[in-house]
Amino acid sequence: MPIPNIINVQRFSIHDGKGIRTTVFFKGCPLACAWCHNPESQDFTPQILFDSNKCCGCGACLQACDKKALSYQNGKILVDWQRCRGEACGFRCEEACIHEARFRSGKQIPVKELIKELLRDRNFYEESGGGVTLSGGEVMVQDMDYLLELLQKLKKEEISVNIDTCGECEFERFEKILPYVDTFLYDMKAYSEGIHRLYTGRSNQRILENMKRLSQAGAKINLRIPVIIEVNGGDEEMSKMLNFIKENIHVTQVNLLPYHKAGSDKWERLGMENRKVFCPPTAERMEQLKQLWQSAGIAPVYIGG
Amino acid sequence: MELRGMNERIRKLRQQSVTTQPRLSLERANLETDAYLEYEGTVSIPELRALSLKKVMENKTLCINDGELIVGEKGDGPQAAPTFPELCCHTLEDMHVMNDRDLISFKVTDADLELQKNKIIPFWEKRSIRSKILKAVTPEWKDCYESGIFTEFMEQRGPGHTVGSENLFRKGFLDYQKEIQDAIAALDFQHDPEAMAKKEQLNAMSICCDAIMILGRRYAAFAREKAEQETDEQRKKELLQIAANCDVVPAHKPQTFWQAIQMYWFVHLCVTTELNPWDAYSPGRLDQHLNPYYQKDVADGILDDEKALELLECLWVKFNNQPAPPKVGITLKESSTYTDFANINTGGITPDGEDGVNPVSYLILDCMDEMRLLQPSSNVQISRKTPHRFLKRACEISRKGWGQPAFYNTEEIIQELMNAGKSIEDARKGGTSGCVETGAFGNEAYILTGYFNLPKVFEITLHNGFDPVSGKQLGLKLGSAEDFKTYEELMDAYKKQIKHFVDIKVEGSNRIEAIYAKYMPAPFLSIITNDCISRGKDYNAGGARYNTSYIQGVGIGTITDSLAAIKTHVYDKKDLSMKELMDALHANFEGYESVRNMLLDRSPKYGNDDDEADNIMREVFSAYQKCVTGRPNMRGGQYRVNMLPTTCHVYFGEVMLASPDGRLCGRPLSEGISPVQGRDSKGPTAVIRSAAKMDHISTGGTLLNQKFTPSNVAGDNGLENMAHLIRSYFNLDGHHIQFNVVDRQTLLEAQKNPEDYKDLIVRVAGYSDYFHNLSRALQDEIINRTEQSF
Repeated sequence: MPIPNIINVQRFSIHDGKGIRTTVFFKGCPLACAWCHNPESQDFTPQILFDSNKCCGCGACLQACDKKALSYQNGKILVDWQRCRGEACGFRCEEACIHEARFRSGKQIPVKELIKELLRDRNFYEESGGGVTLSGGEVMVQDMDYLLELLQKLKKEEISVNIDTCGECEFERFEKILPYVDTFLYDMKAYSEGIHRLYTGRSNQRILENMKRLSQAGAKINLRIPVIIEVNGGDEEMSKMLNFIKENIHVTQVNLLPYHKAGSDKWERLGMENRKVFCPPTAERMEQLKQLWQSAGIAPVYIGG
Repeated sequence: MELRGMNERIRKLRQQSVTTQPRLSLERANLETDAYLEYEGTVSIPELRALSLKKVMENKTLCINDGELIVGEKGDGPQAAPTFPELCCHTLEDMHVMNDRDLISFKVTDADLELQKNKIIPFWEKRSIRSKILKAVTPEWKDCYESGIFTEFMEQRGPGHTVGSENLFRKGFLDYQKEIQDAIAALDFQHDPEAMAKKEQLNAMSICCDAIMILGRRYAAFAREKAEQETDEQRKKELLQIAANCDVVPAHKPQTFWQAIQMYWFVHLCVTTELNPWDAYSPGRLDQHLNPYYQKDVADGILDDEKALELLECLWVKFNNQPAPPKVGITLKESSTYTDFANINTGGITPDGEDGVNPVSYLILDCMDEMRLLQPSSNVQISRKTPHRFLKRACEISRKGWGQPAFYNTEEIIQELMNAGKSIEDARKGGTSGCVETGAFGNEAYILTGYFNLPKVFEITLHNGFDPVSGKQLGLKLGSAEDFKTYEELMDAYKKQIKHFVDIKVEGSNRIEAIYAKYMPAPFLSIITNDCISRGKDYNAGGARYNTSYIQGVGIGTITDSLAAIKTHVYDKKDLSMKELMDALHANFEGYESVRNMLLDRSPKYGNDDDEADNIMREVFSAYQKCVTGRPNMRGGQYRVNMLPTTCHVYFGEVMLASPDGRLCGRPLSEGISPVQGRDSKGPTAVIRSAAKMDHISTGGTLLNQKFTPSNVAGDNGLENMAHLIRSYFNLDGHHIQFNVVDRQTLLEAQKNPEDYKDLIVRVAGYSDYFHNLSRALQDEIINRTEQSF
């Protein structure tokens, strides 16, 4: 596999595990969740995001684009997204746009360089009990040599690492990285296979199986559930999820993450059809669900990251 | 933590304090003029100053507000601001401006104008320190001053910037007077050529002891008088207790918690009536000073937490009742606020190195939380020994969004002080005053002399020493922008210009210090500042144990980003010619939008933990710091730097063209050591790491502002994160950090509908202020500080 593309290295991440952390967002994901807040994280290759609100129609990008993906109509720039994607380009339109309307998502960063960036906030990690979180997209499906080198170096530097994963990969991959990981932030979207397949495009059988095996291997698991009323926010599906966890998994913490609409304009910027918009759960409903999980007595339950 | 909530008494006093319109009070000026008419020419200058203070204390209007437990006002009532014509004699026009201006106004009556016209102006106009200064400085100094290269603190206000020590709470003024008499008795008229001058100075101090004791006796009598007329039994009892307190203090050492606070307040009134020193005065480490009284009174059963808190809150109202002395002109621009910067330090460590947090520390935090007053400025000192509980409680108050308390690093402060030659014990007793200025409390006169405009000096460097705004040749002729073939040549020229302007500033300040030493001694302040009595020397003449003069650097973010942009585009990438850059600056980027975007978005920026930009910051800071530090002042001490702006970054921006970092003409500079507004995009840890690359320990204080959205610091996790950020910054030897926790939307709303947001307090720069009291430019500037949200 090629060197992974990284969307962003975000310092002062305070919602991805204990303390002050730096989170690396890898590009590419095996799932395609309908509610995804970061749709640019689904594709494995770099992409241009185009914010038409910032575009003044100056046309500097037309000259720069060597794939002839851009055209000019009625003072507006039109994007032929088929052409824009596909074969890698030089992303010269981003450089050409001085209005920041065109933004490249996805960049390969050599491990050595990434480590340097991740160590910058070491004193904050040490003070707060934080560290590094590898997230995405999906980190577990990225190039294993790259990941192992990264994880081994972080371990050597005594930096705590969390892995934020959807769980959809061969279990051998988990086995390989297990010694270097402090905590898994493990996402669970649904228990029922049909629901999972409908909204994410994939079965969840391997995801649930991997979770069990990780738990048996003694891994520390923080369960993270995006709460979407239409998908898993009803009593029936939520109870199924709860029962599965109760019977099979040792979790140290449960986070219920209420769906919000913040990501919806990104679909447009990627030239993708905006997927279904869901209803954000009410505060009352979140509180009910929190009670439900709490009453199971398996681990502390929190609303939000 | 459950708050007790202000009781009815405090609520009323607070209400009176925050709703009363500030006004001038000419009583002090009038009495002082009488004293000069009576004594001038018959006594020495120090004695004349002392007799003036005595005259004021003998005759000033007394005031006991309904319900208050701590008594005494600087003017004749709350929000009445005395004037100091011996320093700055206001013209009638000045007084009209003060009355009419929208911001920081002071009401002036017709009677005031009459008195000013007929008595004050004729007597003081030519004698004032301001007119002496303008006569004494060089034409170069005046040109630089008028062009905004630097400001001058001592032109309308006296040197001060100092803070009390534990002595205030351990001695009465009879004790001080005895020390003074002993010092007089020990003078050596056989051998010491200065013996006579010392005697005059010590006599003056002794007269000042009388002055404060007269004030105490008058208040005792006044309280008894009021008690006699009082029908409410409870209040009558309180008034009699106030009288009894004033029988003890200030003549004798306080015996109770209540008396200790009253003692401090009398001292505060006398320091700020004698002259109008910058940053008023402060009790400094108040929790440590009051703790012995708290412990004793609680053990004796005469004090509980509720009562102690109420007394502290009465003191807080007293501070807030005193607006900063009225300022005009450039001095108003550099410090555009009613806040007078009395800055109380809570926490830290004890003189023998133990954790300094005690029960009074927590009461002071509760007091801050309940009172939410602009004054006193309240801060916490956080040491490695500070309990997490204390830090968290302070964070809990800070995240409410009004900027207090600010956070200071005890270990770093101690290193700063020791690096500047203080003993370990004096360093541990020290702290910060004003905005962020480090001092050895009770032992040091650390005078701020003015702000220094680092980006303006660079603008002049690019124009061959010529100031394109004032149209004057202010700097050295070292070549125009296009003559500098390499970045190093440019940097070298900039450093030479810095030295040139620091030379001018220091020469002016030395003259001004000598004027104060000769004509404007402060014998009262000298009594309570070690070692003025034993040296027989005035505070303003080098009598203190330590004597430091500061020049405050402003705009480090702007200058760093400017240099980084030039280095990147003109010298390294060569995708922009110096000529095109200069044309763009002269055109205020009109027609050069793409050049501006390149400078703004495609250049390294300070505040992002980007070593390229941050190394430039270090180089500029170090050049400035080395140029200033160690120069001798006129009081036997040295010049040093600190890095803070108050509101001067707005004024300094007004006197400049557009700058190479993409800043538009007239817009504010960066403030303190914060990044340029909105240019920090990598979050607070990156800001902190960039800021920590400055050598804080070589300064006398730095100021870092951080704005958060409320969601960022929500919940227990939010508090923990705030605490961790503070500790991490302090582990990196950061000096100070303060937080604004208000979302952008709220600020925009408040700007649109000021009437609905009268109570919105925000952190400005080392102090808090009402948002509606800020100039439009400063409001915009605060809105534009990057809001860290993740």
